[in-house]
Amino acid sequence: MTKTQQQVALITGAGAGIGRATAIALAADGFCVVVSDINLEAATLVVEQIKAEGGAGYALRQDVVDEAGWRDTVDQIVASHGGLHALINNAGVATICGIEEESLEGWRRTQSVNADGVFLGCRAAISAMKHCGGAIVNVSSIEGIVGDPMLPAYNASKGSVRALTKSIALYCARQGFPIRVNSIHPGYVATPLVSNALAELEPSAADEFTASVMAKIPMGRMAEPEEIASGIRFLVSGESSYMTGAELIMDGGYTAA
Amino acid sequence: MMSDHFSLQGKVALITGAGNGIGAACARCFAQSGAAVMASDINGERVEALARELVAEGFKVKAIQHDVAKEDDWARVVDALADWQDGWDILVNNAGIYIGGKLEENLLSQLHRINSINIDSIFLGTQFAASAMQPDGRFGRGGSIINLSSIAGLIGVPGHSIYGATKGAVRSLTKHSAVEFAAFGYGIRVNSLHPGLIATDMGHLVFKDFVEVGLASSESEAQQMLEKQMIPMGRLGDVQDIALAAQFLASDASSYMTGSELTVDGGFTAT
Ligand SMILES: NC(=O)c1ccc[n+]([C@@H]2O[C@H](COP(=O)([O-])OP(=O)(O)OC[C@H]3O[C@@H](n4cnc5c(N)ncnc54)[C@H](O)[C@@H]3O)[C@@H](O)[C@H]2O)c1
Ligand SMILES: NC(=O)c1ccc[n+]([C@@H]2O[C@H](COP(=O)([O-])OP(=O)(O)OC[C@H]3O[C@@H](n4cnc5c(N)ncnc54)[C@H](O)[C@@H]3O)[C@@H](O)[C@H]2O)c1
Repeated sequence: MTKTQQQVALITGAGAGIGRATAIALAADGFCVVVSDINLEAATLVVEQIKAEGGAGYALRQDVVDEAGWRDTVDQIVASHGGLHALINNAGVATICGIEEESLEGWRRTQSVNADGVFLGCRAAISAMKHCGGAIVNVSSIEGIVGDPMLPAYNASKGSVRALTKSIALYCARQGFPIRVNSIHPGYVATPLVSNALAELEPSAADEFTASVMAKIPMGRMAEPEEIASGIRFLVSGESSYMTGAELIMDGGYTAA
Repeated sequence: MMSDHFSLQGKVALITGAGNGIGAACARCFAQSGAAVMASDINGERVEALARELVAEGFKVKAIQHDVAKEDDWARVVDALADWQDGWDILVNNAGIYIGGKLEENLLSQLHRINSINIDSIFLGTQFAASAMQPDGRFGRGGSIINLSSIAGLIGVPGHSIYGATKGAVRSLTKHSAVEFAAFGYGIRVNSLHPGLIATDMGHLVFKDFVEVGLASSESEAQQMLEKQMIPMGRLGDVQDIALAAQFLASDASSYMTGSELTVDGGFTAT
């Protein structure tokens, strides 16, 4: 691939966890990676690592709930690179609490980042991708397929991502746009999302939550972020060229049991 | 070919039904990505021809005649594998047949025949692989089993009752064996692959069957109807699309996947 033909991937929430691992993986595959995160400092560190490994990319401060920000971001990428070839809607938040304790404000915050963010991202990307072709991967969760008593808002937001993905996939296919859209459903992954959510609980409640999760994973361990990045890499690549509207579950057997 | 990340270098694979269609594409694709491939098929001549072709291109491939519905055949094939290689990492349970027709016209003998080829095969193959791949087994280094189900194992399609029932069984057997092997620490992952309609000899049987059950007046009309109305991407899948998905499941890139379904169907079941 010559420099001018280099494909561009935009990954949201790429300053940490799964997004970070994905940014590093796609850079290794030859993408110019736009490492977007609400936390610019974290994104910058990821870009430093990508460059140290010989890859290309740049950091971008972006809040995925900001509608105007999405338009600017995509316009800028298209203006400077001639197109956008992959979008990974990865940014997400989670809080652990039962429905009786969940506030409407907390509920809305979760929906806005996890669901609105994906809607806005897909809408913005389609306009750029419909000419050059592309792949969109929406990071849902096994919690978009099964329920958890302590994750009502998160469950609803991830279920929304799963169904929205199918709708957009069908829309693109029926319009004849060369854009594939799939969702990925990780099980529990050792990232700051999980450790931070647990840190907000009383230690005994955190232990209880962890024990209940671990008991439900047949493989007996959480995933490493790189293992999920491998799935995203597959969905972005031409190797999955006949997949659209599909779900890739990577959960150590959680939902099979 | 996939990037190095999905490499099968140093791995040994057994692929059943490798004489034709999806199985043949898997054999080629896996060999190209570095695996030693034992390609088996009930049609020994056809799989021999494929192996000769791949060996001539410099790949590590061996052909063997194998009826997947026969327990003795499995024992013989696994012995042959052990004679040829020191390990066994991947099993693609691909061999299968299609019998269509209206449910009320299907014969019990047809059901028994399709069950024996499409289900007994998965049961036997998984059993042999589990014993050989688990830590105490003959090869003992864990592995990845890929079972060919179908979207017909997920949804209903006219004329597909008995075929779909076998593919539903494959889906379910996959989940049970995956969870069991994980629980016992075998280090063996098991996942099912669900192709949509793929352009193979079997794929064309589906068009024929649509005509026979009265859903279309000609095979080309059946194909048009399926492509235009039922497949959002508007085309049949290619064998290569399925082979690459199987490679992903076989490779370490899917190390956290077990008991999962990988659907590759051009959007068929998303609608
Ligand atoms: N960790 C898990 O167990 C797990 C399991 C399934 C799905 N997921 C999903 O995977 C995705 C990534 O999760 P993770 O575990 O890597 O999380 P993480 O918390 O480790 O990282 C998420 C990143 O997103 C950024 N972010 C948060 N809000 C943002 C916003 N409004 N705009 C832009 N960036 C924002 C954060 O700054 C952070 O860098 C999320 O969608 C999450 O729901 C995670
Ligand atoms: N073609 C499709 O549209 C499609 C869709 C979904 C799933 N599948 C599944 O994919 C698999 C491969 O299908 P294909 O389209 O490549 O079929 P195919 O008919 O083109 O090839 C199947 C191969 O299996 C072999 N075979 C049949 N019975 C056997 C037996 N008892 N023992 C060993 N080998 C035997 C045949 O000789 C042939 O070489 C099957 O399990 C099928 O059900 C196919």
